[in-house]
Amino acid sequence: MLLMECVLHLYVSTVELSLDSPLNDRKKKDAVKPSLSAPAASVASSSSKAPSKTLEELEEEESEDKFDLNISVTNPEKVGDGMNAYMAYKVSTQTSLTMFRSKTFTVRRRFSDFLGLYEKLSEKHSQNGYIVPPPPEKSILGMTKVKVGKEDPSSAEFVERRRAALERYLQRVVSHPSLLQDPDVREFLEKEELPRAVSTQALSGAGFLKMLNKATDAVSKMTIKMNEQDVWFDEKIQDVENEEQHMRKLHVMVESLVNHRKELSGNTAVFAKSVAMLGSSEDNTALSRALSQLAEVEDRIEQLHQEQASNDFFTFSELLADYIRLLGAVKGCFDQRMKAWQRWQDAENMLQKKREAEAKLLWANKPDKLQQAKDEIAEWEAKVTQYEREFERISATVRKEVIRFDKEKARDFKRQIVKYLESLLNSQQQLIKYWEAFLPEAKAIA
Amino acid sequence: MTSISEDSDKEKVRSVSVDLNNDASLVIDIPDALCERDKVKFTIHIKTTLSSFQKSEFSVPRQHEDFIWLHDTIVETEEYAGLIIPPAPPKPDFEGPREKMHKLGEGESSMTKEEYAKMKQELEAEYLAVFKKTVQVHEVFLQRLSSHPMFRKDRNFQIFLEYDQDLTVRRKNAKEMFGGFFKNMVKSADEVLISGVKEVDEFFEQEKIFLLDYSSKIKDATAKAEKMTRSHKNVADDYNHISGAMNSIAADNNTAFKKTISVCVLQKLEDRVASDQELKLTELLRYYTRDIQAAKDLLYRRARALADYENSNKTLDKARLKGKDIAQAEENQKQCLRKFDKLSESGKKELTSFKARRVVAFRKNLIEMTELEIKHAKNSMSLLQGSIEILNSN
Repeated sequence: MLLMECVLHLYVSTVELSLDSPLNDRKKKDAVKPSLSAPAASVASSSSKAPSKTLEELEEEESEDKFDLNISVTNPEKVGDGMNAYMAYKVSTQTSLTMFRSKTFTVRRRFSDFLGLYEKLSEKHSQNGYIVPPPPEKSILGMTKVKVGKEDPSSAEFVERRRAALERYLQRVVSHPSLLQDPDVREFLEKEELPRAVSTQALSGAGFLKMLNKATDAVSKMTIKMNEQDVWFDEKIQDVENEEQHMRKLHVMVESLVNHRKELSGNTAVFAKSVAMLGSSEDNTALSRALSQLAEVEDRIEQLHQEQASNDFFTFSELLADYIRLLGAVKGCFDQRMKAWQRWQDAENMLQKKREAEAKLLWANKPDKLQQAKDEIAEWEAKVTQYEREFERISATVRKEVIRFDKEKARDFKRQIVKYLESLLNSQQQLIKYWEAFLPEAKAIA
Repeated sequence: MTSISEDSDKEKVRSVSVDLNNDASLVIDIPDALCERDKVKFTIHIKTTLSSFQKSEFSVPRQHEDFIWLHDTIVETEEYAGLIIPPAPPKPDFEGPREKMHKLGEGESSMTKEEYAKMKQELEAEYLAVFKKTVQVHEVFLQRLSSHPMFRKDRNFQIFLEYDQDLTVRRKNAKEMFGGFFKNMVKSADEVLISGVKEVDEFFEQEKIFLLDYSSKIKDATAKAEKMTRSHKNVADDYNHISGAMNSIAADNNTAFKKTISVCVLQKLEDRVASDQELKLTELLRYYTRDIQAAKDLLYRRARALADYENSNKTLDKARLKGKDIAQAEENQKQCLRKFDKLSESGKKELTSFKARRVVAFRKNLIEMTELEIKHAKNSMSLLQGSIEILNSN
């Protein structure tokens, strides 16, 4: 994964800059000579690999390179009392990667630590066009219940929901090849005690959205008539917008499903009791027994519904919620690219102004101010070059990121949907068992 | 306008009660029905070998109100006081689907073509379900009458079946309408009466205790079953919407994601289960709630006859004391006793056969419901397995 980074950096520094079509890009990459100005010290040992591979080949290698890293978030425990109490989670890592100190290790982290990690990663990588996975949302109501010590099923549900979300969050972070290399991630997983993350206020669910929206607004307020040379970006951002819309709609529907299924479960339980009463009132013995059996079957079915509702939620609904947030982050990338473009354009404009100023001075024949003008021109020429280069780089990163994101999304959804269908399959199998057991009872009525 | 036509499935879906058409001398069924705005027109089809009818096979159109008229005339016939009178079929209730239709019309502009088509389909299925149900209960009502040795000979029943014109004129008989209303008022007084009357017959004492208890339990079970079935329907509806939304996503998408999404078979799963459960279980309970009420009505009538008899005794005693109108009082007392005895005798027979009928009906419906549940679960399983295979092989 790191090798890819090397190649990319090299490409950017030695090749003529222009927004070419992807086809040209690839050809140029093949021609790049590997003057390895070694970036980070911990390069993977395969440094002798011929760098004249195409981007695709390197990407494939990356995915086959099943890096061995398993993370789990478990054992939520309440620490402290009253309003200062918090939940601590066990974060366990199992890995064979050499960049870690040992093969298995465990640390305790609290929610604000996760938010702190996000903040650090976002600060460093968002502006370069990386998709930094957003953390789970803060919930004042949920946490207050826990703090106050309400031992009811809804606060247990809340804690479980958060634990699962935190686990998914970490798994996404480490499955991002560039983020995994970030020392903050390593520290988060390995270090015994982390300094308390303080400024995590801005990262509540609403705060996060606000932050994203502000960025988006700022960008749209600029007269973005970006002369998009590469339609790929235009099409892609549209796709992302559409997808987010669809997912929001779908999410609402799945939430409705979860609620209705919970309702069904409750109503089935109530019905079961009612049938039991009816059975006890029935004076025909066989029918009476059949009705009590029916009541038992319905009771078991209620259990099934409960489990299924939980599945609906964790496998399906939370998946959608995660991706809605992720798509927001993807949009953020595109915005960062816009900002980079804008910076470049502004520099171009400034350069133009300086050149005009110089021309005016030449015309007006004021030689003393001429040197300053020439200096300024040089300064802005350099800036233009730098910003253009940065724009190129961020464009390439965004493109790479989006491709990787799409792949991962397809994998994620497939895996979750299969899991979901399997849970439904299991329910149906159970149903058949219950009803087949009941059938002889019904037939025995005389 | 919606109509249903013959289909073999209907045979199974019919009788909430047992097979009531096993006497070939008078066979009644409702093969067709038309829904015109508010009114449902049932086509009654009769096949008979009885000489009291003019033709051996014929059809006649009837409205729900005609059934109510028939029921009320039977209820008010003194002769049938000792019989359990088949409960009147409830009014066809298209309120639910109609509301939805309204909402659909209003929201048409804000939906995509696919969404609209899908909702319309959903709506039609709901309409059809209500339709099937109402045909079923009307049919069963007639079959109860035709299979009962006394009711089948009823003059008004014959008129209902044979009269080739509109029954509306006959129905609008004000006296009959008023009479029915009066009857209902007296009935609730009877409920108080029933706890006051001392029962001499062990059989009827047991029946009274049983029916009172059972009646409240079955009403409760019916209500809870209805709630449960509604929830089930909601889940099915949600699945419908979800698969619609997923299809939209798939349509817009060009990646592997699309294949994953479009394979989802969720919509087919819960729908049939919800509607079949409704038909078998809920309808069974609903029907017997009404039937139990009819049995209770019989008890009330007998209790009233007993009260009348006791009153006549008191009147006779008074008359004997005063020495006036003794013959009249004696005659009255004899009549009351006769009536009471007759009610008790036929009542016992009716209640015994009712018990047997109820047990058989429960058995039949519980078996059919269970078999349907198993069938659906197996179908769902194979659908799911198919999807999972396709997804895994990609």
